[in-house]
Amino acid sequence: MMPQTFAQKALARAAGLDFVEVGQVVDARPDIVLSHDNTAAIRRIWREFGQERVAIPDRIAITLDHAVPAPTTKHAQNHAEIRQFVQEQGIRHFFEVGRGICHQVLSEEALVLPGQVILGADSHTTHFGWLGAFGAGIGRSEVATLWATGELWLRVPESMKIVLDGELPPGVTAKDFALRVIGDLGADGGLYMSVEFHGSGIAAMSLESRMVLPNMMAEFGAKNAWIGADEKTVAYLERRLGDYGIKRLGDAGGNANPPISQSLNLSISQSLFPDPDASYASEHHYRAADLETYIACPHSVDKVVPLSAVAGTRVQQAFLGTCTNGRLEDLAAAAEVIRGKRVAPGVRFLVIPASSEVLKAALAQGYIQDFVEAGAVIGVPGCGPCMGNHMGIPAPGEVIISSANRNFRGRMGTADSEIYLANPAVVAAAAVAGVIVDPREIGE
Amino acid sequence: MHITGRAWKYGDNVNTDVIFPGKYTYTITERAEIARHALEDLDPTFAAAVQPGDVIVGGRNFGCGSSREQAATCLVYNGVGAVIAESISRIFYRNALNNGLLAIVCPAAAQAIQQGERVAIDTERHVIACAAGEFAFPPLSASVMGIVAAGGLVEYVKARLATP
Ligand code: SF4
Repeated sequence: MMPQTFAQKALARAAGLDFVEVGQVVDARPDIVLSHDNTAAIRRIWREFGQERVAIPDRIAITLDHAVPAPTTKHAQNHAEIRQFVQEQGIRHFFEVGRGICHQVLSEEALVLPGQVILGADSHTTHFGWLGAFGAGIGRSEVATLWATGELWLRVPESMKIVLDGELPPGVTAKDFALRVIGDLGADGGLYMSVEFHGSGIAAMSLESRMVLPNMMAEFGAKNAWIGADEKTVAYLERRLGDYGIKRLGDAGGNANPPISQSLNLSISQSLFPDPDASYASEHHYRAADLETYIACPHSVDKVVPLSAVAGTRVQQAFLGTCTNGRLEDLAAAAEVIRGKRVAPGVRFLVIPASSEVLKAALAQGYIQDFVEAGAVIGVPGCGPCMGNHMGIPAPGEVIISSANRNFRGRMGTADSEIYLANPAVVAAAAVAGVIVDPREIGE
Repeated sequence: MHITGRAWKYGDNVNTDVIFPGKYTYTITERAEIARHALEDLDPTFAAAVQPGDVIVGGRNFGCGSSREQAATCLVYNGVGAVIAESISRIFYRNALNNGLLAIVCPAAAQAIQQGERVAIDTERHVIACAAGEFAFPPLSASVMGIVAAGGLVEYVKARLATP
């Protein structure tokens, strides 16, 4: 058989075929279909089909995260409608207001496993590539279609290989690597591609750092992105599945309730890795030692410069959070910078953990204490102001530094404002200094 | 399918936040109101002046960003006939076709078409005509063209569910 990429193998599996070619349009059956606050709108579309019951209740996952707790009556009505739908249809994988951001929550709940396919009504569904799965964003009509039929047309994408060798220098994070790649190749550099990450630099990363890469690839135009599952991934899944006592893995082994470790190993060994001689549209090699700390400037994520080029830029709001960089290690890096210091006068520092689990762990570690003592504002786990819904909308003319993934004009709700994207330590440093600054220059 | 209208020409990386701002995505549900906010942060003159059949012409990576379907439907509700661009972001591309909005990747035409000029698209011959001449574009797959012809994915699936 011809050597295959990850995307070919994953979509062949999802379509029930032995082999698929690049460019082929297949009818794929995803393992999980994700939606969030947009579920109310999707339900209205689904109703047009006249069905009593959705076809795939156990494969639907819904998280309330984009505007939580509801900021207006209209948002509250949407949430109420979603809860009713969840109850009527017997949807088990439903996560309430405050549990966290969909991509983080489904990762924590181990709802997606290596080699599986997840399609979501959210562009950052690429996120799930961190655990060796195929994640792609789709539209609302498409989610409604999946609820009704369980399958959807997908074109098998070309693949592109990005290799990172060596370990990242201190102060340089996965976010910086992602920004560098997007800066080099453009916001459409991975358009329609399945982006595969390879190399010792990826293997060396913590899982939380790995999550940043496929997440950011949505800003690169990618259809999906992939990082191979390894022992670290297995250990994580084993722990998470153990925590929740979920026995879903039984399906993978054809056995009702095998021990978790046994079925996990089975699942990983069945997880799909690209063949070594698979063919790629392009390959890009990076040496970790050559990378530095980068910033994406307004209003495009590919306007990437080294931090030093924009040092001294005044900010009015620093935002630490989102599905890109709102995890424990991100909060840890920021707490390290801000501990014992104060947020600069005239600056708001907004910290929003990506999930309730992250919040709990950050409390236990004392990071939340550090932030509050420094004068930061702690928000409810969720998307916060990332897409301009509520809780931290900038005033016209203001400048924001954010750990998010997207800085389009108007993204945070105000067209006449500017968003700089950076790693968490840089965001915290800007909160303290009131200007963009290298975190190492923040004095003791 | 034949589409004729005036060209509204924009640049590279026209993103979903400027096509339909995120702050409206959960609160605005009415067609007329969705239509009114189309391209609000990019071209405030657009929604009031657009005519049925008009064509949006973009540069590279048109529609990048969010998966929000209103980025496509706000154009459909304004009667936009097609989007022609040098390249189109994949979720926007799907959302457009799935809502019966023709999305055509044709770099030569996207570059040649001038702001405000008349553009004609013929999907049977796969050509776009404008002042600079005729430009061929690759045909869509039969199954996807079926979705566009049905008026979008929902109509297409409805028909499929109705035939056992
Ligand atoms: S945190 Fe931002 S990018 Fe992530 S899912 Fe929420 S709105 Fe989207």
